[in-house]
Amino acid sequence: MIEVNDLHKSFGDHKVIKGISSKFYEGKTNLIIGQSGSGKTVFLKSLVGLHQIDKGDIYFDDRKLSEMGEDEKTNLRTEMGMVFQGNALFDSLTIEQNVTFALDMFSDMSVSERRDRADFCLKRVNLENVQKKFPAELSGGMRKRVAIARAISMNPRYLFCDEPNSGLDPRTSIVIDNLISEITEEYNITTVINTHDMNSVMEIGDSILYIKDGLKAWEGSKDDILTTKNKDINDFIFSSKLFRLIKKEL
Amino acid sequence: MFVVRWIHHIGKYFVLLGKIFKKPENNREYWKALMRDMELLGVNSIAIVSIISLFVGAIVTIQTAYNLDDPLIPDYYIAIATRESIVLEFSPTIVSLILAGKVGSNIASTLGSMRVTEQIEALEVIGVNPPAYLILPKVVALMFFNVILIILSMFLGILGGFLAADLVGVVSTPDFIQGLQTAFNPFYITYALIKTVVFAFLITTISAYYGYYVKGGAIEVGINATNAVVSSSVAIIISNYVLTQMLLS
Repeated sequence: MIEVNDLHKSFGDHKVIKGISSKFYEGKTNLIIGQSGSGKTVFLKSLVGLHQIDKGDIYFDDRKLSEMGEDEKTNLRTEMGMVFQGNALFDSLTIEQNVTFALDMFSDMSVSERRDRADFCLKRVNLENVQKKFPAELSGGMRKRVAIARAISMNPRYLFCDEPNSGLDPRTSIVIDNLISEITEEYNITTVINTHDMNSVMEIGDSILYIKDGLKAWEGSKDDILTTKNKDINDFIFSSKLFRLIKKEL
Repeated sequence: MFVVRWIHHIGKYFVLLGKIFKKPENNREYWKALMRDMELLGVNSIAIVSIISLFVGAIVTIQTAYNLDDPLIPDYYIAIATRESIVLEFSPTIVSLILAGKVGSNIASTLGSMRVTEQIEALEVIGVNPPAYLILPKVVALMFFNVILIILSMFLGILGGFLAADLVGVVSTPDFIQGLQTAFNPFYITYALIKTVVFAFLITTISAYYGYYVKGGAIEVGINATNAVVSSSVAIIISNYVLTQMLLS
């Protein structure tokens, strides 16, 4: 589980996160939703440690991030996997080298064991015969799957996904959503996903945190969303005609 | 304002240097990166260095010959002038300036692209120290390979001069060989190689600095790559003056 208490983050005079507290549970897909510019990505990157926070505490299963030394932080990072918005695949490396990168760096596995692990991870995301290709040779959906395969290569305890559906068609988006959800349950990972894709919210939102202007505006599950009276979340989720009609029907 | 910004950049540059020279997480992977960079930055520069050196050597000989067209000056002086120009200045400094353009822009744009596509953040999340993994192999590769390139450049520059002298007929072969062997100071080679190593360090670290801290998108990557070449070139010229003052005066 990841617990966040009173998290603050600013860039110069601009306060982006203004005191958010929340919990992200093991074996569940925890979504962070909000409009563009609401602070979702900054919040996620603060959790991962890519941004130095101004105030607040982050606990990874009772281990306080701010009290960790450099070595402990490096160890913690080997327990993390992250899928970036633009995939962030290393474009000078082949798909196999991308997936085995963390293993090459930090594991004592032999070359054949690492190769087997890459094959396993790629198969898990339904990709085969792409090992020797380069990221530029794959489609957007395939690259996203490679990014997921790379993120799970080290058997992470924590998986972070920043807008995993951005740039994908609705059908591929659902495939990616379900894949992340399945992996989360299968390996009992604490998964945190940033999204503003409403299909994802309805499909895999075990736990949802809604951020507005750097503050927690609502928290609940996908079932709660349909019945909540919170105006902010209703305005956000049911901003399209289609979703308003669906809500009416329900 | 300009001075404050300049001091800010210098400070940030030294902070980056502190991050570069840290213990590698995995020696085998750093070795692989070093070999990749040797090929990319060093081996791939052999052709351009060879062509330029050969022709500049030839041009220096012909120009010197026309300028020393005096019956009182022995012909072998042309070979001495060619040798000194190539060894002291052309090979270490001008070739390094050319490499600042070729290698510097490559380093800055590669790192800049990695920054804007979040690849550097991906390395950080994995637990790798990005400055050390991405920049240290480039620094070591160029400091090592630049020495080879400059020695090659010296050899080809003098060879170019020799061939031109023979082809154009400005200096006879025995005179040219006599000139090459006359008043040779071996310390000049040491001086040139010291400069070479310093210039290689400046090219890689300054270009890496500009690439590593890119903010924005493709346009900023281009702007920073240009700035990297300009700053590396200025740093080479200034350090050339300082080193010459220190080593030859």
